[in-house]
Amino acid sequence: MGKKILVFSLTMLLIGVVAAGAFAEQKTVSILGVWGGGERDAFMKALEPFEAATGIRVEFTGTRDLPAVLTTRVAAGNPPDISALPNPGQMEEFAKIGELVDLSTFMDMSKLQSDYAKTWLDLGSCKGKLYAIFISADLKSLIWYSPKAFADAGYTVPETWDELIVLSDKIVADGKAPWCIGFESGAASGWPGTDWIEDIMLRTTESAVYDKWVNHEISWTSPPVRRAFELFGQIARNENYVYGGTAAELTANFGDAPDALFTSPPSAYMHRQATFIKSFILKHNPNLVPGIDFSFFPFPPIDPQYGTPALGAADMFVMFNDTSEAEALMRYLATPGAQEIWVAEIGKLSANRRVSQGAYPDELTRKAAQILANAKTFRFDGSDLMPASVGSGSFWTGILDYVGGENLDIVLKKIEDSAVEAYAK
Amino acid sequence: MHTKRSTPWLYLGPALAALTFFLIYPSINTIYLSFLDRSSERFVGASNYVYVFANRTMLTALRNNTLWVLIFTPLTVFLGLILAVILDRVEYETTIKFIIFMPMAISFVGASVIWKFVYAYRPPLAPQIGFLNAFCGILRLSPVPWLIRKPWINNFCLIAVGVWVWTGFCMVILSATYKGLPRQLLEAARIDGANEWKIFWKIIFPLMMPTITVLITTQVIGVLKVFDIVYVMTNGNFGTEVIANRMYKEMFNFRNFGRASTIAVVLLLLILPMMLVNLWRFRREGVR
Repeated sequence: MGKKILVFSLTMLLIGVVAAGAFAEQKTVSILGVWGGGERDAFMKALEPFEAATGIRVEFTGTRDLPAVLTTRVAAGNPPDISALPNPGQMEEFAKIGELVDLSTFMDMSKLQSDYAKTWLDLGSCKGKLYAIFISADLKSLIWYSPKAFADAGYTVPETWDELIVLSDKIVADGKAPWCIGFESGAASGWPGTDWIEDIMLRTTESAVYDKWVNHEISWTSPPVRRAFELFGQIARNENYVYGGTAAELTANFGDAPDALFTSPPSAYMHRQATFIKSFILKHNPNLVPGIDFSFFPFPPIDPQYGTPALGAADMFVMFNDTSEAEALMRYLATPGAQEIWVAEIGKLSANRRVSQGAYPDELTRKAAQILANAKTFRFDGSDLMPASVGSGSFWTGILDYVGGENLDIVLKKIEDSAVEAYAK
Repeated sequence: MHTKRSTPWLYLGPALAALTFFLIYPSINTIYLSFLDRSSERFVGASNYVYVFANRTMLTALRNNTLWVLIFTPLTVFLGLILAVILDRVEYETTIKFIIFMPMAISFVGASVIWKFVYAYRPPLAPQIGFLNAFCGILRLSPVPWLIRKPWINNFCLIAVGVWVWTGFCMVILSATYKGLPRQLLEAARIDGANEWKIFWKIIFPLMMPTITVLITTQVIGVLKVFDIVYVMTNGNFGTEVIANRMYKEMFNFRNFGRASTIAVVLLLLILPMMLVNLWRFRREGVR
């Protein structure tokens, strides 16, 4: 009996030692991000060469409620090693309280400077220190349509805002709806409307004024902002322009909204959304061919002197824990190799100059990349740069209230009130 | 038998320590934070409290919580009571009770997702995927965007989800009490010639009053904290905001610790009277 126990304990001890050794051997990096489903798979695929080459295991956790989860973990002193943030506003908040690692301490800055345009490095910096690198970008200033449906009905792609309105009126006169719009997005409902406002702002005023607006150096009740809302309302508040009217606009999910382009006969003809919507369209309608069944044209200029600026967003990585594994992963993510796998899988655009055009999965994505590269003015999504209580708070609800029929003065006053507080530090 | 004066404290000690650490300390700290600014650095006086009672969205939230208390509580308790009494006389009592109680087994988030489909809206000529609007279609009525019709329809739609979940719970508790009532009393009343209506109001109702009061107070406390349904279905947009959802937003989305703490304190103050009523009742019953 005693012998049996001895053998048993020795075996357990041995297993314990081996197991402990195995765990100690395995080095890991934890990443927190927003991706799930296809996006997550694409990201994991981009990491495969890194894991194979270094033997470091990457633990990725995805949550749509990233701000809440990340805030809680940072406050608890248990942040992930690396986090994929969707906006520089949050990066700035964490940088200011000293939670982020300065990347210039271990990364090759001269290489980064040659790989990335200055805009991207500036967006990833705070008070002169680099805290974030960008692995991909989305172009937002696009209007999606079906070339087939346009040809069948004899419509042509509009090249100015006035032509856009004339076309919309013509479609209404033909007894159909020109636009399909969807603002529902769970806890983030309203955000697609903020992109409309930003695109219109960039086309109706100096980009310097846009920057002032983002930094709250001009009021929300000032004429440029008001005009952007009014032009937005000209389409979004027009019951005849939008498929299903404002009720459908407010209840439709942003990912489902473009489906109205592909019904037979088409329920609507145009849909304004960023490059990423391609994956939604293909998921809902797997038989469609990008470039033939659906395509896009740039959001047209409004006041000719401001041209056709590009509005965009990007995926960025910041580092909370300075471990050698995390440093290695950050260096890897900045390489064109890693980013080529990622953009090829997901159809996003690259922010890195050395990523080759051949990496893009189709002609449509290459076209978007060209628009982004050729744009004289590029601006980052303004709502992502504002403090959360405005950019992902009162701005979102303001859009919903305005489309829901609320008086514009009241809407702008409400946002302004929250901005006055949020920007006061 | 002689016990030292310290003995009771020795027994009480662990519980008291746990209570202090997990309940009293956090409460006091929250009250303290509610007088500080967004990052808990500077003292800001009562300005957070001014915000809670002056900001338009907060006022909507306070109004909606009142609406929830006034509609949700009586509906769940009285529907539960009626079901408990009526189902007692039905042959398939257990089956029906099981069905009505079933939503209780679903989380609020799950229930909200289910009901989001029930209320789903599609433009008039498109096929309606929502149950209610499909039903409207059969009756040749135009579809209604239930969740964005403010200020009443959408709030009532949200409250209906809460009622759907909680009525079964009230029914089960009240049914147990009802079955425990002395049958002789009811029989005596019947022999004396009282009709069923009179028996319900003069005998059954008063006898069940203690249980009903406990249920009402717990339901009020529960509903003041309502969060999941609103967060999932509308996120407080279109005039459906409630206090707890506002607290979540201020805390986790906007990182305004002062304001979030203030809302928590206000919520605590609203709930406190209901807890005192409950305590007072327990004490009185204990004496009796």
